[in-house]
Amino acid sequence: MNGFWIAVRAEWTKFRTVRGWVVATAVAAVAMVGLGLVPGMTGSCGKRGPGSECALPVGPGGEDVTDAFTFVHRPLTGDGSVTARVASLSGELEASGRAALAEWAKAGLIVKDGTRPGSSYAAVMLTGAHGVRMQYDFTHDEAGSTGGGPRWLRLTRAGDTITGAESVDGARWTDVGTARLDDLPSTVEIGLFAASPQYAEVADTPFGTTGVATEPSRLTATFDNVSQADGWTDTVLGGPEAKRFGGYERDGDRFTLRGTGDIAPAVAGATGLGTTITQTLVGTFAALIVMVVVGTLTATGEYRRGLIRTTLAATPRRGRLLAAKALVVAAVTFVTGVVAAAVVVTFGQRVLRSSGVYVHAASTTTELRVIAGTGALLALAAVFGLALGTLLRRGTTAVTAAVATTVLPYLLVMSALPAGAGRWVLRVTPAAAFALQQSANQYDQVANLYLPVEGYFPLAPWAGFGVLAAYTAVALAAAAYLLRRRDA
Amino acid sequence: MSRYARAEWSKLWTVSGTAWLLLATVAGTAGLGALAAAACSPGECSGDATRTSLTGLHIGQCVVAILAVLTIGGEYATGIMRVTLAALPHRPAVLAAKAAVLAAVVLPAAAAAVPASLLAGDGPSMTDGPVLRAAVGSMLYLLLVALLALGVATVVRNPAAAIGCVLGLLYLFPVVATSMSDETWQRRLERVGPMTAGQSIQATTDLANLPIGPWPGLGVLALWAGGALLVGALTLRARDA
Repeated sequence: MNGFWIAVRAEWTKFRTVRGWVVATAVAAVAMVGLGLVPGMTGSCGKRGPGSECALPVGPGGEDVTDAFTFVHRPLTGDGSVTARVASLSGELEASGRAALAEWAKAGLIVKDGTRPGSSYAAVMLTGAHGVRMQYDFTHDEAGSTGGGPRWLRLTRAGDTITGAESVDGARWTDVGTARLDDLPSTVEIGLFAASPQYAEVADTPFGTTGVATEPSRLTATFDNVSQADGWTDTVLGGPEAKRFGGYERDGDRFTLRGTGDIAPAVAGATGLGTTITQTLVGTFAALIVMVVVGTLTATGEYRRGLIRTTLAATPRRGRLLAAKALVVAAVTFVTGVVAAAVVVTFGQRVLRSSGVYVHAASTTTELRVIAGTGALLALAAVFGLALGTLLRRGTTAVTAAVATTVLPYLLVMSALPAGAGRWVLRVTPAAAFALQQSANQYDQVANLYLPVEGYFPLAPWAGFGVLAAYTAVALAAAAYLLRRRDA
Repeated sequence: MSRYARAEWSKLWTVSGTAWLLLATVAGTAGLGALAAAACSPGECSGDATRTSLTGLHIGQCVVAILAVLTIGGEYATGIMRVTLAALPHRPAVLAAKAAVLAAVVLPAAAAAVPASLLAGDGPSMTDGPVLRAAVGSMLYLLLVALLALGVATVVRNPAAAIGCVLGLLYLFPVVATSMSDETWQRRLERVGPMTAGQSIQATTDLANLPIGPWPGLGVLALWAGGALLVGALTLRARDA
């Protein structure tokens, strides 16, 4: 074991005495911090005087939510239920006036803890393209039958339990799902609702799939056979957009609701508001180029001047030598990456907020994962470069191979490839590890363009990390094998 | 001058990597172009079929950049540069000869790679005016990237570091631009970046929406390449080898 630490010490001495490598490491950190703190985005939050701050409602789970819809309601004390038939849904896009039903346009029955945005709720609904769903407290979504309307719906409260049921004919009922809402008071608001989320479409720009066209969508929903006859009032939750269009008409037991908005977790990106802390880490690619080059050079530099023969004479156990080099490179890169990422994540958010951009708050755990993940991504990529350098021995070839497999895929995804190809690339190449930087949640029940440029990656953080780790492990094993077999 | 060019020519062709790199330029460009065209489901990239077929230039430009960097960085790495400069003492002429020789090998490779991508991508016919412009312009684009890389490598000298610098220079602008919400700034960055401006030559449709026109865009890249070569020539003359 002692021999290993002597080798580590030797490698560390080599690293810190090569001026170019030390400078490069500093450059990597400075580039990351510099690119992260440049106020590249501007927004209007808080920039148009008091009242223009962007504040999203907070849901029961503490998450930012969207809570904008047309609500025709009456109080319900204790247990009870409401039944209605959703007769028809029709939608249009606000700006273009095109008739189009948004896939997550929703109309149905809801029970809610008052009319405060962000309060606890449970709802059973018919959607534009996803059949009948039971959703509650913003993040929960259960699927019922597929297909469109008309459809009978029923929502029943029994204590803390809310049950949603559906029926084709109003006679034979099937349960869609149940929700347990512990904090529901004894008197709640129950009734009909309609909402239709922001509509987004991918638009190609000259430099990849970054452009998106978005516009609000509107829903007109017709209900009939509403079980309660009287006591209805209506409230339109949401901003001016929702208030302008929202409302209802009644003709006997026939209700027509107009609504726009969504009852869902808030997302960053095309259909949502603002951005995430991932945005502040845009400089990672620059640091990645630098650290991959440094990692590669720590191996090829020895071959260039024949120093490797001296090194191997001093440390004859070649596997140990490679391990020592990997440890030094990984440690230096990890520390550099973590420090730079911590600075950027902490202060980058403030810069963005002060330029009027809404930044979705991430939990401390997520922030720590993003920061440590950035360090790990850089460290593993540098070790991958070291392994390729040991395998290929020639500096230029090795640097090219390392950069082409780690950085280039990411750059292609961000600036050139169509969205589908981009997602595929971020699954199978070492660049998959960028998933560690994702800080926003992706929800199937929220229509959005979950694109890598918006900070949404196709793999889960640790799966993406695993892909890079696997590449690194294989390259390192091959390097260890060849280093032992070949003459220096 | 011909002595200089002949010397550079024999050096370039007697290095084993050159032929492989040229082959890789063609294969990489056409290969990625075909993949991108195939991965393009109709809804996702309705835009510009020619441009999609030419996605492979991202690989092609890397490979020609490596070739360019090696023509001078390789000499510094092995120390042969001192011999070269002893034999051919007029330093800017050495760089000019290297640029000429590089152009002589990169252009034929580009002339194979670009039509191959368009054919593999099932793109529109090359006799079409805008497509012809994109095709010819893309060949020049590869040449200009090679010259830019040569200039950078003359300044940086270490081949590995030079490759990193060239890639950083090419991709810094588009990546930073995507992170900007202000469209004016985005377009400004795309107008001045060597890669983003240069690649506007690939566009065949929707020219009015480009940050910069096709030929002016290629001109921006030419300015970058010329500037890099100029700085390279000056440092080459001023520094010890």
